Amino acid sequence: MPKLTIDGREVEVPAGTNLIEAARRLGIEVPYYCYHPGLSIAGQCRLCMVDVGNSPRPQIACNTLAADGMVVRTETPKVLETRQSVMEFHLINHPLDCPVCDQAGECWLQIYYMKHGLYEPRMVDEKVHKPKAVPLGPHVILDAERCILCSRCVRFCDEITGTGELGIFQRGDHSEIGLFPGKELANPYSANVVDICPVGALTDRDFRFAVRVWYLETAKSVCPGCSRGCNIEVHYNLRRPHHNQGHRVARLKPRENPEVNQWWICDAGRYGGKFVDDASRLLFPTRGRENAAREVGWDEMVPLVAARLRDYRPDEIGVLASPRMANEDLFVLKRLVEHLGIANVDFRVPPGRPGDEDRILIKADKNPNTRGAELIGLAPRAGGLDARGMLRAARERRLKGLWVFHHDLLASAWPGSEIREALRALDWFIFQGSNANGISPDADVLLPSATWVEREGTFTNFEGRVQRFWKAVEPPGASLSDWEILARIGDALGLGAVPGRAEDSFKSLAAGVPAFAGLSYRELGDFGKEAATA
Amino acid sequence: MAERILTRNFHLPESHTLRVYRETGGYEGLSDVLAMAPATIIETVKRSNLRGLGGAGFPTGVKWGFIPKGHQGPVYLVINADEGEPGTFKDRYLLEKDPHGLIEGMIVSAHAIGSRLAFVYVRGEYVQPWRIFSRAVQEAYDAGFLGKSILGSGVDLDVVVHRGAGAYICGEETGLISSLEGKKGWPKLKPPFPAVRGAFGAPTIVNNVETICHVPHIVQRGASWFAALGTAGQGGTRMYSVSGRVARPGVYELPVSVTLRSLISEHAGGIANGRRLKAVVPGGSSAPILTADEIDVTMDVDGLKNAGTMAGSAGVIVMDESVSIPEALMIVARFYAHESCGQCTPCRESTGWIYKMTRRIVEGRGRKEELDTILDVARRGAGTTICAFYDGAVGPYISYIEKFRDEFEALIPK
Ligand SMILES: Cc1cc2nc3c(=O)[nH]c(=O)nc-3n(C[C@H](O)[C@H](O)[C@H](O)COP(=O)(O)O)c2cc1C
Ligand code: SF4
Ligand code: SF4
Repeated sequence: MPKLTIDGREVEVPAGTNLIEAARRLGIEVPYYCYHPGLSIAGQCRLCMVDVGNSPRPQIACNTLAADGMVVRTETPKVLETRQSVMEFHLINHPLDCPVCDQAGECWLQIYYMKHGLYEPRMVDEKVHKPKAVPLGPHVILDAERCILCSRCVRFCDEITGTGELGIFQRGDHSEIGLFPGKELANPYSANVVDICPVGALTDRDFRFAVRVWYLETAKSVCPGCSRGCNIEVHYNLRRPHHNQGHRVARLKPRENPEVNQWWICDAGRYGGKFVDDASRLLFPTRGRENAAREVGWDEMVPLVAARLRDYRPDEIGVLASPRMANEDLFVLKRLVEHLGIANVDFRVPPGRPGDEDRILIKADKNPNTRGAELIGLAPRAGGLDARGMLRAARERRLKGLWVFHHDLLASAWPGSEIREALRALDWFIFQGSNANGISPDADVLLPSATWVEREGTFTNFEGRVQRFWKAVEPPGASLSDWEILARIGDALGLGAVPGRAEDSFKSLAAGVPAFAGLSYRELGDFGKEAATA
Repeated sequence: MAERILTRNFHLPESHTLRVYRETGGYEGLSDVLAMAPATIIETVKRSNLRGLGGAGFPTGVKWGFIPKGHQGPVYLVINADEGEPGTFKDRYLLEKDPHGLIEGMIVSAHAIGSRLAFVYVRGEYVQPWRIFSRAVQEAYDAGFLGKSILGSGVDLDVVVHRGAGAYICGEETGLISSLEGKKGWPKLKPPFPAVRGAFGAPTIVNNVETICHVPHIVQRGASWFAALGTAGQGGTRMYSVSGRVARPGVYELPVSVTLRSLISEHAGGIANGRRLKAVVPGGSSAPILTADEIDVTMDVDGLKNAGTMAGSAGVIVMDESVSIPEALMIVARFYAHESCGQCTPCRESTGWIYKMTRRIVEGRGRKEELDTILDVARRGAGTTICAFYDGAVGPYISYIEKFRDEFEALIPK
């Protein structure tokens, strides 16, 4: 491991570490635009220059590897002057249209101008003009005048997705980013180029002009879009509730996790959180169907549900859990069905269309917690029916009551007529979920769940990694996390104390499920930990 | 008159044919040379003080020695025939008048560096030179000078002739390699240097046409013979492309110890039309300009370096008293703004900006502080870029203004 000195401080780094990363370990920030740890080295922006040893000229830190005994200085007059000039060069042809630019507030031209620029402008000539507001694909729009030609977007499409839609065309200060003829930026990861574009050249068609970024707050989270469990940040706006059509969640952004998703997420996940602020949200516990539907309080609803579960024989009841539920929810549910002796328990419903999958991130299983449901044990218990068996039993009037979590059975691979017939034959049908769906109108009891951004908890991804997600916004209406709803019902049925905090809930999960033994909620940290899945 | 080596046959009408080349002794010593150990050839080239004639003046034998020892897998020889430096037109003569000289040079050089596949990257606009050279390659294949086991020596060499598409930057050796690889002609980051990781990821030696044409003569006539033709730091002759306001513009092959004064006034016939010399650019457009008082310098790499300019590609551009230096700078600046590949920020942005400033100055709309702005921008950007293109542009920006500041100031409204 080479040991080197940066600004007078020694640091030891693994062989192959470049000077940007080596300095970062010491908390020294070397500014850059074109470097990205997930992409090849381009060395184009020339902003990361530092003095190395006795070399007469500054060197680019991105392409210089740490070597034993190397002496690096990041703040010499020559380095500072070079940085300032590079900032000036980056900005002479830039339109300086921050007031109407969606990137303002998180733009690295603004940030670095304030830190490293601060020169007196001296360019008085007409700037170079280039195409503006060019849609590149369904999610991304280009303003070529704002582009600083760092080539990150090009390298992303060449190196990560291998789709090669983008190129830099022309030469000199007429160089411009664009699509190769006949191409569209429509790969399944296309919007990542917006995240890595350091400026306002590539913006998100879904997000732009929705909220100014300085009104946004962030919460760490995990994407619920598939079993990969990509780490994300939820960006939400509570300060300007009239912006973004009242939607609180403004956007989802990838959060770096080297073990799971590196720096990326897929477009399906990025735009998959729209249900949170959708009009289809279930807001209040409701009993009765259609015109007879009546919103009630939890104090009325909990005894009602408890009574149903008590008044029917366990073999007349079916419980269909969901791999969209968090580990904590599933654990309380498992305890409840065991307590009641219900054997007809399942969580698996085959999707109507098989999910797409690739070698990058996307998994065919579009549920975030299938592995958690498996490990916790929500499969049919001895002698119990599986999901399809429950529907058949309902049609045959052997099963009288059904409690479905989240699933839209009409979107499953099973014939809709079978499902309808089964649901109508039931004495009672409880639907618990965050949004109305194909089958929820058939339920005579609706229990409104909080979405994953309205609570905290953990998901277990396909590799058995248990990852935390944090609460961003409040649950709307009277909705509660699945786990709290279950705890209240369990309480009414004598299940015994159910922990009041997510952390305690996780503790009892770790104590009760062997695969989770030894894990602690806190120690899961930002990046999660592997469950003992062997 | 000193001996001419590379241009010795230029006066013969059919000098480009295999027949004339062989009649004048071409390919004669090749069998013996191919029997020599590669290391011996490299050593000879080192001792000859042959310096690259494409622009950078790097010692050729030293460059060849950078190929990693014991390397397994292919090594490529790439001939730089892009000849894009304004004021330079010597390689086209070599391709047209002595293509077999280049082919023989390639055979010897490829043998020395262990390459069995060589590329010749020909400037796109050089249609006629490309035709003639390609025909010569075919002749050489037909006669057994190229292909498998040349002259039964066991040494193989294949030659691929590749045409550029009209970009100055594709003459920069790593831009050339990118272009050869089928990519946009963007120069690459160094390290790694091409001799370690070049074309298609393999060790690659890029040399100028003229450099390689010298090699067979050096190997056959000896390192000391070649070294003695030149100065202490550079051996041999080279071909000076003289253009501008001289009586006899053209290509002159002379020992590198010739002075600029003698080149202009004796060989090129002095300034045309009885005018007086004002300035000379001695090494292609990227070389800093010299005033009429600064021409008592030898034309070798070190002589011109000591004079604050460079030998470059030996394109000698002569300006007489009727030439406007600000206008000349504007034209040069337009060239660099047009040809910057646009990859790295200082070059991409400031070449355009400096061109706009020089144009305004020439049009009488300059600002007082702008000469200093140009100098400051150029100095700050120098040495911060991926390739030497920008430093090449900085040469004229700074030297034209520093040496002829009055002329610029006269154009700027008070
Ligand atoms: C912008 C630029 C353009 C160049 N153009 C040419 C060219 O057209 N021909 C050439 O031989 N060398 C050119 N060079 C020099 C090459 O990079 C390289 O040094 C040379 O081909 C090496 O060959 P040599 O050692 O035989 O001179 C250029 C360099 C730069 C920076
Ligand atoms: S569009 Fe953005 S990411 Fe792409 S080259 Fe321009 S500045 Fe870089
Ligand atoms: S210095 Fe100019 S020509 Fe060379 S790589 Fe940078 S932008 Fe391209």
